[in-house]
Amino acid sequence: MSARSGRGRLAPYLVGLPGGLWLAIFFVVPLLVMFSLSLQSGNVESGFQFTWEWSNYSRAWELYSTQFIRSVVYALIVTALCLVLAYPMAYWIAFYGGARKSTYLFLILLPFFVSFVIRTASWKFILNDQGIVLGPLKEIGLLPQDFHLLATTTAVLGGLTYNYLPFMVLPLYVALERVDPSLVEAAHDLFASRASAFRKVVFPLSLPGVFAGVLITFVPVASDFVNTSILGGTSTTMIGNVIQTVYLSNNNYPLASAMSFLLMAALLIGIFVYARALGTEQVMEVAQR
Amino acid sequence: MSTVATRQAPPEVAPAPAVPGRRRRWTRLILPTYTWLMIFYFSLPILVMIVFGFNDIQGRLNLRWQGFTLRWYRELFAIPGLTTALRNSLLIAVIATIISVILGTMIGLALGRYRFRGKGAYDLVIFSAISAPELVLGASLLSLFVTTQFVRGFVTIVIAHVAFSVSFVAVTVRARVLGLDPALEEAAQDLGADPWTTFRKITLPLLAPGILAGALLAFALSIDDYVVTSFVNGQVETFPLWVYGATRVGVPPQVNVMGTLIFLGGVAIAVGNAVLARRQRA
Repeated sequence: MSARSGRGRLAPYLVGLPGGLWLAIFFVVPLLVMFSLSLQSGNVESGFQFTWEWSNYSRAWELYSTQFIRSVVYALIVTALCLVLAYPMAYWIAFYGGARKSTYLFLILLPFFVSFVIRTASWKFILNDQGIVLGPLKEIGLLPQDFHLLATTTAVLGGLTYNYLPFMVLPLYVALERVDPSLVEAAHDLFASRASAFRKVVFPLSLPGVFAGVLITFVPVASDFVNTSILGGTSTTMIGNVIQTVYLSNNNYPLASAMSFLLMAALLIGIFVYARALGTEQVMEVAQR
Repeated sequence: MSTVATRQAPPEVAPAPAVPGRRRRWTRLILPTYTWLMIFYFSLPILVMIVFGFNDIQGRLNLRWQGFTLRWYRELFAIPGLTTALRNSLLIAVIATIISVILGTMIGLALGRYRFRGKGAYDLVIFSAISAPELVLGASLLSLFVTTQFVRGFVTIVIAHVAFSVSFVAVTVRARVLGLDPALEEAAQDLGADPWTTFRKITLPLLAPGILAGALLAFALSIDDYVVTSFVNGQVETFPLWVYGATRVGVPPQVNVMGTLIFLGGVAIAVGNAVLARRQRA
């Protein structure tokens, strides 16, 4: 009996150990190694030494503050666009989708069955200077011959919005779906107009979904570099491109690590401030879902 | 669309005759129309991908429609680099899924079933691994591999894919563990089953839907991953990496065909899964 309870106490550790080790070695330790690397100096030929080289951080900011700021600005714009585009759709599906709700959601999730890179390449194809949209418009003279969309901010923002929109629709839908329609009816019974019923009842109840959607859209958009690599040009470079280049082409690991850490810190602080500003309970409720 | 609109209309229009009827009926169409336009927008790149896999192009560039052909389906494996990349991706995805499912299921059981010291920290690590930007995951793994001078290639890609998939499997399985009725396992033990038999005959079958969902998720994440892989791949190319490289010089139609086949396979699995789930409930 005592042997059994002893094994019972050990069981969670035994069962959780292999996965925990994997996560420790290949998730937690790499973050620590990256932090240590960000404080080293040297180069790839003669090796790196740990010298508390805090100047890597200031140099990262001096060299690449433009790309840092651009990434945050893009992420803000794209998150706002996603919210505005997704809300009406999530609202209609949640309240009027009827028996077909899951079909609509499935249609919205269809892009996930195509590789992220292929989807973005497909937009490059659609927006090409001589492609299926701009080509005919130029032939009939509606657009000047030198008009182009690729390599512009518009194309990058469009691609980002397209790729991350489903991440916004889902949490909004989940929140709106939980709003009891009888609350809206009650508002109407109390002579609320459709607009004020929405403003005072439905929208406040959907706020947890808005918070979740903003979080899970903003973080990946700010660190994305695939969209701007494929659809953008030199004037749309984001911090992700810089980090990738400095790591893989320049082999300046300390500088690249410092930038990755700056990005992560900025996002963490952003999330924290956001959580404080909106009330922690709501964000915790979101996080637990 | 029209059937939905008319089905929705009667119960709400009827009791509100005081409001000008014509305007309300017209505005009622705005949201459904908008939703369908957005669904069209969501599927536009997919339609383009499928259609231009049948494009009879002569040169390198697949830009304008030039006639219908099945040539690219016949010559699907005509580009050696692309074929190798696809094979690598499939192999990596299978291996990474198997490891993630085994480790993730065990984590899910440990976190869902037991209270133990360090559980809070464990939960925090899982939550961070899911919410950390892929860029940071890739960059930190690369830091580890260059510091330890670990040769980058097939093995490091599998390691990285397991590192980000295992948490997703864990939360999916944990959700299922939390929903288990403990009475079923107690009943098995009362009938004389030892713990291992109980686990194999009772617990595992009950967890199966969660494990399957986790496996599909892990496979989809692995086969589609570009960001993390691009940091740890060394000389090995995967399907997303190859396509990414090709976007600079022009994507060959074989990519459209492979994309189409993967898309149809994925949709078939999802629809099959949904039909099965509905039949089980009925």
